[in-house]
Amino acid sequence: MTNIVVFAKLVPDLVEELEIADNGIALDMEWLRLIINEFDNHAVEQALILKERTGGEVTVIAPQAEGVDEMLYTIAAKGADRVMMLKGDFEAGVNNHALARAFATTVQTYQPDLILTGVQANDDLDGAVGPLIAEYLGMPYIGYISGVSMAGDKLSAQKEYPGGLIAEMEVALPAVLGIQAGEEPPRYVAISKVRQMMKTATIDEYDVAELNTSGGVTANRMYAPEVSERAEMLAGDEDEVATRLVEIFKEAGLV
Amino acid sequence: MAANSISRSPSFTQEFYQSLFKVIDGENIKTCLQCANCSGVCPFGHVMDFPPGRMISWLRAGIFDEVIKADSVWMCVSCYACVEVCPKNIPLTPGLMTRAKEELLLAGNIPTELQSALEFSQRYGNPLGESPRKRADWAKGLETEVPIMRKLNRPVDVLWFVGDYASYHPRVQQTTRAFFKVLTALGVDFAILGPEESSDGDSQRMAGERGLFEMLAEKNAKVFEKYEFGEIITTDPHAYNAIKNEYPTLGIEYPVRHYTEFLVERIDDIKALFKGNGEMRITYHDPCYLGRANGIYDAPRELLEAIPGVELVEMPHSRTTSLCCGGGGGGMWLDGFQWEKAHVRLSDWRVKEAVDTEASILAVACPYEPPRFEDSVKTVAGAEKLIVKDIIELLAEAI
Amino acid sequence: MSGDIFVVFEHLRGQIADISYIMLAAARDLAQTTGGEVIGVLLGHNAQDIVSHVAADRVLYGDHPALADFNPEGYANTLSGLIQAEGPRAVFFGSTSIGADIAGVLSARLGLPLVGSCIQIGEGNIISKICGGKIMVETVLADDDTTLITMIPGGYKPAQGQSETPPTATPFEVSIDSLRISLKQYIEPEAGDVDISSEKVLIAIGRGIQTADNIELAQELAELLGGAVCASRPVVDQGWLPATRLVGKSGKSVKPKLYLALGISGAPEHVEGMADAEMVVAINMDPNAPIFNVATYGAEIDLFDLIDPLIEKLEAAA
Ligand SMILES: Cc1cc2nc3c(=O)[nH]c(=O)nc-3n(C[C@H](O)[C@H](O)[C@H](O)COP(=O)(O)OP(=O)(O)OC[C@H]3O[C@@H](n4cnc5c(N)ncnc54)[C@H](O)[C@@H]3O)c2cc1C
Ligand code: SF4
Ligand code: SF4
Repeated sequence: MTNIVVFAKLVPDLVEELEIADNGIALDMEWLRLIINEFDNHAVEQALILKERTGGEVTVIAPQAEGVDEMLYTIAAKGADRVMMLKGDFEAGVNNHALARAFATTVQTYQPDLILTGVQANDDLDGAVGPLIAEYLGMPYIGYISGVSMAGDKLSAQKEYPGGLIAEMEVALPAVLGIQAGEEPPRYVAISKVRQMMKTATIDEYDVAELNTSGGVTANRMYAPEVSERAEMLAGDEDEVATRLVEIFKEAGLV
Repeated sequence: MAANSISRSPSFTQEFYQSLFKVIDGENIKTCLQCANCSGVCPFGHVMDFPPGRMISWLRAGIFDEVIKADSVWMCVSCYACVEVCPKNIPLTPGLMTRAKEELLLAGNIPTELQSALEFSQRYGNPLGESPRKRADWAKGLETEVPIMRKLNRPVDVLWFVGDYASYHPRVQQTTRAFFKVLTALGVDFAILGPEESSDGDSQRMAGERGLFEMLAEKNAKVFEKYEFGEIITTDPHAYNAIKNEYPTLGIEYPVRHYTEFLVERIDDIKALFKGNGEMRITYHDPCYLGRANGIYDAPRELLEAIPGVELVEMPHSRTTSLCCGGGGGGMWLDGFQWEKAHVRLSDWRVKEAVDTEASILAVACPYEPPRFEDSVKTVAGAEKLIVKDIIELLAEAI
Repeated sequence: MSGDIFVVFEHLRGQIADISYIMLAAARDLAQTTGGEVIGVLLGHNAQDIVSHVAADRVLYGDHPALADFNPEGYANTLSGLIQAEGPRAVFFGSTSIGADIAGVLSARLGLPLVGSCIQIGEGNIISKICGGKIMVETVLADDDTTLITMIPGGYKPAQGQSETPPTATPFEVSIDSLRISLKQYIEPEAGDVDISSEKVLIAIGRGIQTADNIELAQELAELLGGAVCASRPVVDQGWLPATRLVGKSGKSVKPKLYLALGISGAPEHVEGMADAEMVVAINMDPNAPIFNVATYGAEIDLFDLIDPLIEKLEAAA
């Protein structure tokens, strides 16, 4: 039986304005709304699809954060067999290196055949978490995956390149994949099922005693870029506007 | 340990059929005459593989598979037209069609547009995916500050439940500001909830997401409990329907009125504020959830007729036979899906009727309608000059 | 440790990727503070010709049949030996399907710090853009370790990393043992309809385009800019373009680098699908059209007057 483990995390929800904390080097947590990293959501979907197709067990592990219970119950309602939370102080200065180490230590007890995670997250400052996990576990890693099929201890994955070109790669299990898109968009789960899960399912917990953040970076400064409220209007007749546009396209590297 | 995998195909089984009896008047389904009135009147009946009547006949015969495969229930805009004409008083809209949507949704089989509206409602408390913190942003830039319960910190006569589209949709925000103007002019003691307000959840419920509806209702109930107010009023018939008819079944009981009922009571005060506004030929569209679902047909008309210089004309489909704008029952979030199937928009039909009355204004009383009808005005030949206005905007302009 | 800056070149099926030039431009900026050389690293097989235009001081070339195509494991193993042996001050990777697969592996394997999503090199610091562009972060190079950096486009033009004189390429020894990852085949993108959600450039047309025949004009622009045509609802409703090209609430959400909106008013249902585009250029005759509220640049002008000169000037620039 295939043992699939997914690493998923919550990231800042960009629907809300982001604010910088007083220290100038972190996001202001008070105003932060968190949401599942969309790529992790795809990783969960891909895991469930694999399970439906070839059998197996899906475990989803997420670091503690405000709202993680709800996220994990939702995932359980979608069909994950086991959900688990890494407990620790993940707020201040935590980075993907620390998360990857904590996850790698935890996941070993499950002896996973396959680990899936989102190819990236909007708050990655020290690279994506997937390749770090893979290396800490000594497993191979391929990212930008949009389709997976399994046969025995081999797995075939579709890796996306710019322009829609796909490379079909084979990898020996156990392995880690960075999911760009699941074969199907993440499924909907009715709230009644989530609420049911809140009553019946348990979230396993694993205490992460110490965080090792080395390899990650510390910000010297964080700031929000200035955004204009309205378009910069290009003046002149069609010739002048066309000339200006070509310049703009050139500056953006599009021509 | 969390549970087992889910099946992706819905289960329309004997159990599902039996569950229909439990809806109020649900037993009536057994007495269906197969007269096909329902399917005939249904605005999308022609594109449904299983319009309500046929669905009943197949379910009664125990043939469930075919019904499962068809996704025609997503064409249902929960307009109550079928209920209105059924001689056997069968709860087709709240029972059969909504239960069928619930079954599809439980199985995870829903169009993606609808999925994001539902996910947004869950996450942000509104189906538009806007930040809940910005729920009162429609009031920005107004001369007078809009009173918000949490800041006011005292009882008020009227709690104005603003609703989703009225809070966020740029077109409908104009209506919202107009209502603010009228309330202020009348000297009503009112306040809004601002960021504490969540979606009423009614259209999500009619789209098959009952659990989400309950969650949203409970959220609103917690906020209602915090404050003292005499009654709730709203410009949104869907919110009105939810708070009036559905919240009480969850033990959330508050007096609620649609703004047309509230204002018609003050019609003399309003008349005193009117200035002459010239001649206007107006036709009025009965919103499904004000009209058929709640029987409010006269108050809106009385308000319109009170405006000096207004001549009110009726469209062929009016009052109980009003044609749905297409936004109900999840229709607001199924636009692409329904267009693919039908290649027609219900709002286009309605606008054609309005044009034929030679009215210059199509008056409405529901926040779903101005954006939908204004889109149709751009598409329907000969409709270019038709102006779409909520009654409240017409009142605000006249004072 | 030297002051040299490495740039790991990216190429796919015989074509060097633009991100390589962009990284060279950034590396050049960084080398001014570290005082070293900008050294390109090319991994491949019979691939030396593809680096004829790189603005590097020199190139280290690792040639091996197993590196003919990108293989994350082959690349990581080769680079880890090279970085250890040479001790550069920093190594640039693309934040791409190639670079992002290996930078993290190397960071974990060699215990080196990794800075992601770098868009520009400032005065002695690395500027990263995260949270969908809503947050900028400044970091600095590690004092006594090689810093690994993944780079996103936007801060430099590819031309800044190009040069007419090909650099000298010095081969280095590559030995590759058995790999757990192997390439089976390439699958070409399906011909037929395009997936607008993955296009870099979108020419979006609205009701202002007036007739089906006029779509050709937009198509021409799309070809010149290497993108595709998408539309608002009225255009799709008319059947002028398939539903797969619809942007908005009932269609797709898109995040191209350029969204050129021609004759689109900017209704909220439309904006919902395109607000995350990196750059929006709106052409509309109505100065009050709401599309100007979400656009980066706008022009209040008849789109039919603009298209011809724009096509002309783009052709001239190409
Ligand atoms: C439930 C629902 C869902 C919807 N979903 C979507 C959706 O997914 N996607 C979507 O796009 N819409 C959607 N709509 C429709 C949306 O509300 C708008 O009607 C639509 O986006 C308008 O398209 P448009 O901007 O092309 O047309 P218009 O609003 O008519 O705008 C045309 C613009 O072109 C300009 N113009 C005209 N001629 C010229 C010229 N020669 N040169 C320059 N400018 C010119 C005009 O000034 C005008 O601003 C939805 C609506 C509803 C109610
Ligand atoms: S509620 Fe309206 S749309 Fe739904 S089945 Fe009845 S008539 Fe048709
Ligand atoms: S109108 Fe009523 S009785 Fe007639 S077919 Fe429909 S459900 Fe049956």
